[in-house]
Amino acid sequence: MKKRIYTDPTIASSDITPEAVFLNRRSLIQASAGAMSIAAGLPSISAASAESPPLQALTFRADADRSLADEQTPYEAVTSYNNFYEFGTDKSDPARHAHAMTTDPWTVKVGGLVEEPGELHVEDLLRGFDLEERIYRFRCVEAWSMVVPWIGFPLSALLQRFSPREEGRFVEFKTLYRKREMRGTRSFTSIIDWPYREGLRLDEAMHPLAFLAVGLYGKTLPNQNGAPLRLVVPWKYGFKSIKSIVEINVTDKQPRTSWQMLQPREYGFYANVNPDVDHPRWSQRFERRLPSSIFNPNRVPTLPFNGYAEQVAGLYEGMDLAQFY
Amino acid sequence: MTAPNRSAAPWVRYGAVVVLCLLPAMVMTWQLNTGQLGPDPAKYLMQGTGEWSLRVLMLVLLAAPLAQRGWHVLFRYRRLLGLTVFAYACLHLLLFAQVYVGWDPVILLEELSERPYIIAGFSAWLLLLPLALTSSDAARRYLGRRWRQLHRLVYPAAVLMWLHIVWLVRSDLGEAVVYAVAITGLLVWRVRRYRKQARRSLRYPL
Repeated sequence: MKKRIYTDPTIASSDITPEAVFLNRRSLIQASAGAMSIAAGLPSISAASAESPPLQALTFRADADRSLADEQTPYEAVTSYNNFYEFGTDKSDPARHAHAMTTDPWTVKVGGLVEEPGELHVEDLLRGFDLEERIYRFRCVEAWSMVVPWIGFPLSALLQRFSPREEGRFVEFKTLYRKREMRGTRSFTSIIDWPYREGLRLDEAMHPLAFLAVGLYGKTLPNQNGAPLRLVVPWKYGFKSIKSIVEINVTDKQPRTSWQMLQPREYGFYANVNPDVDHPRWSQRFERRLPSSIFNPNRVPTLPFNGYAEQVAGLYEGMDLAQFY
Repeated sequence: MTAPNRSAAPWVRYGAVVVLCLLPAMVMTWQLNTGQLGPDPAKYLMQGTGEWSLRVLMLVLLAAPLAQRGWHVLFRYRRLLGLTVFAYACLHLLLFAQVYVGWDPVILLEELSERPYIIAGFSAWLLLLPLALTSSDAARRYLGRRWRQLHRLVYPAAVLMWLHIVWLVRSDLGEAVVYAVAITGLLVWRVRRYRKQARRSLRYPL
């Protein structure tokens, strides 16, 4: 008996809801309901769907030896609760506005103290490296955390391709700064001196745990999570995991980083997760593992180096972590 | 003499004001239950309860000055508004205890001893507590002259609440400036009137 395939000639392929919108439908609805309740303008769901690029499925090696016992944070929370001030300072702003960012074509310039400076494009990022999955804890300095299955490749793989020179001591990173696509950068109250900058010591960057992500949950990164390429340094506070990278330079001087420049008393260069070193305004002893609710706050104790002490504590032997926060 | 009162029965008006006072809490509860506050609702709720406690306190402090100019509405419901200030402050404190402290006395002591803005906030709540407990007519009769003296604690409470937000906010001090102007203005008005006390009879108690 012939297998019947259902087709509806009245539905064009252009009518199909983009997967990104489908997957984010609840947060999109909440975003517009939330806007209604504060009497702001209604963000148009159709506008978001028209401009959000569809996410690509990725082929990768699944995370075998780094699987965490912790439950993974639901995709909706990962992609609708973000700090990406280029698109606004509310946690829901990036999901609402990051679709304006063009992520293809995209160039990552790699230079500074390297033997062979060069460029990487989207195809190089998605197909030029062996992709693997890493399930990492992600700890924000604001004392909330998530568990995210990232897809990507080690930062060391990228750096080795460009051969850092002997004098190189640090790696600096820069985010895209495109005013017309990033409404948060046009606001006169925007507090960061764009572009967003971050940096690592070279030994931190070459550590096997330092990861460059091109995707999460099996697909390419949504814009609000730092598409098309972002850093994930799981033993440091989240602001070190710079998003939407356009430049990577090896340097011999410690690079200036955005949050350290903005509030040096609160945000340091190292920003290692440390329950014993409080933020000036709040304790770092505990974190809220999201999703967190009022009756079930999901308060968990913060672990030194976010639970990666065994692998990374050696990088900081002899260092006073209260001084070098 | 005021004109004959044709408005709704007192309990209807009182009920309406109660509903108005509860409105922010109801909106926040609705937002929470429909998932509009995201995966980390505690932060928004802390902000909301704190903000409304301070805003209603501004109305409480406005009651006497406005009454002197002929608008008695706020003054008539001042006790209710004061209790609303305390209620939102309690919600704020409960959220803090539940989500940030986890009802752990060690953590609470740490927060209270190391963070100035929490010391300020908690002190403000401690000052409001006796005011709430002595808000009844019976308490007022019992305390007599001392009731008015006790309830002047609302002034340091207001200043402490302001310090609480100033020491907490990291970038946008605009709102703090607005409250500073309001609180200063309302307190200056009282200082001025205290000085005139000797010369004229007091019609509207402080």
